[in-house]
Amino acid sequence: MIAIIDYGMGNLRSVHKAFEAVGADACVTRDPAAIASAHSVVLPGVGAFKDCMANLDQLGLIDPVRKSIQSGKPFLGICLGLQLLFEQSVEFGTVPGLGVLPGKVIRFDFDDASDLKVPHMGWNTLNLKKSSPLFDPAEPHPYFYFVHSYYVMPDNADTVVTTTQYGREFVSGIEYQNIHAFQFHPEKSQKAGLKLLEKFAQLN
Amino acid sequence: MLAKRIIPCLDVKDGRVVKGVQFVNLRDAGDPVEIAAAYEQEGADELTFLDITASHENRGIILDVVQRTAEKVFMPLTVGGGVRSLDDIRNLLKAGADKVAINTAAVHNPEFVKQAAEKFGSQCIVVAIDAKQVDPNAPLNPPAVEWKERHPTLFVMPQPPQPAWEVYTHGGRNPMGINAVLWARLMESYGAGEILLTSMDRDGTKSGYDLPLNRTVSDALTIPLVASGGAGTLEHLYAGVAEGKADAVLAASIFHFKELTIPESKQYLKQRGIPIRI
Repeated sequence: MIAIIDYGMGNLRSVHKAFEAVGADACVTRDPAAIASAHSVVLPGVGAFKDCMANLDQLGLIDPVRKSIQSGKPFLGICLGLQLLFEQSVEFGTVPGLGVLPGKVIRFDFDDASDLKVPHMGWNTLNLKKSSPLFDPAEPHPYFYFVHSYYVMPDNADTVVTTTQYGREFVSGIEYQNIHAFQFHPEKSQKAGLKLLEKFAQLN
Repeated sequence: MLAKRIIPCLDVKDGRVVKGVQFVNLRDAGDPVEIAAAYEQEGADELTFLDITASHENRGIILDVVQRTAEKVFMPLTVGGGVRSLDDIRNLLKAGADKVAINTAAVHNPEFVKQAAEKFGSQCIVVAIDAKQVDPNAPLNPPAVEWKERHPTLFVMPQPPQPAWEVYTHGGRNPMGINAVLWARLMESYGAGEILLTSMDRDGTKSGYDLPLNRTVSDALTIPLVASGGAGTLEHLYAGVAEGKADAVLAASIFHFKELTIPESKQYLKQRGIPIRI
């Protein structure tokens, strides 16, 4: 069973439906026992970093999430679910995150002359930086759907699995031990996204 | 590189897809869930549903359509039409919408956009603007909102020969006296994550997007702009992006009635040097 963590935010239904579409057994839950016994865990998320951390805290989910990551079972973070893994975000002042990975989350900052819009919204390509069980090396630049104004700056460059170009090259994917976390939305990325989720569901 | 998006728009009335010309003379174009699934297969970049059901009591129908679409379609889905409250937004997002478009309710209460963006995040709040070019020979429409004292400058129009555009509400029926470009900027500052800009002059005419309108608004914004109203040919899609400076182009009838397909539109734009996801 894949446990999709329900902390009162995010597009849980989309993530759930996408796993169902690839034949994976997934459930949406906020029950720490269900998270602990799940085969793998998904932390989705859209919205504001601060509200997400507050909701996780209020629902008593911070420890269960940290423990599930430490247990070594496959973990998938999507969008805010990637950002929340880091030590802090500068969204609305400095807000501490889960601190599972060293690094921070900062905002796209373009000068007035730039035509680049924020949020970074739409389909953009990935640059595959290392081999990964979730990506096909024959397709090193697949398109995925993004919608975000902030991006992660990991301290450890070895954890970077994909980058994406938007005004600058930013980190769009992290893989470290059992952690797989992406800035883009596989559940909204049609065939490419479903394929990634299917591969994640097969991880041990 | 970030690709420009092609977005088919489904106007949904009482659970069916319909399409009119300049907001009237509706034609039936089919079942929304089936059409959405076909666009998924064709590789559309996003989908937009505009619920034009007149009666608010029939809101359940669009929620059901959104829910059934979300089972089959794995791309971003924007839903608009009659969105008036935080509960409306919550229900649409729960049903499977990724973004919600707010139009009339934003004009009547701009604070609503602020509240919605704070509650659900800017990324899911689209402000839809129906704009019509101001006739330089006709008297200006008086401000038709109660909050005009708070934002008096929004009602100032550029002087001819500069073109000016005015915001309309209620599906293009009510002129509000508001300068559309300044309105888009205010909505951005209130937390909108995207602007969906429809030219009422061009809607359904297949004579091309209103390029000066789109370019003026796009230049004024730092958030993405979706151009809508008037697409009839491949060249129009290209001009919408290249000259209108839109981040995405939306079209309805040309796709529903198969005058153009999504794949041929994408091939064309790619050949003309526009970054496009094939």
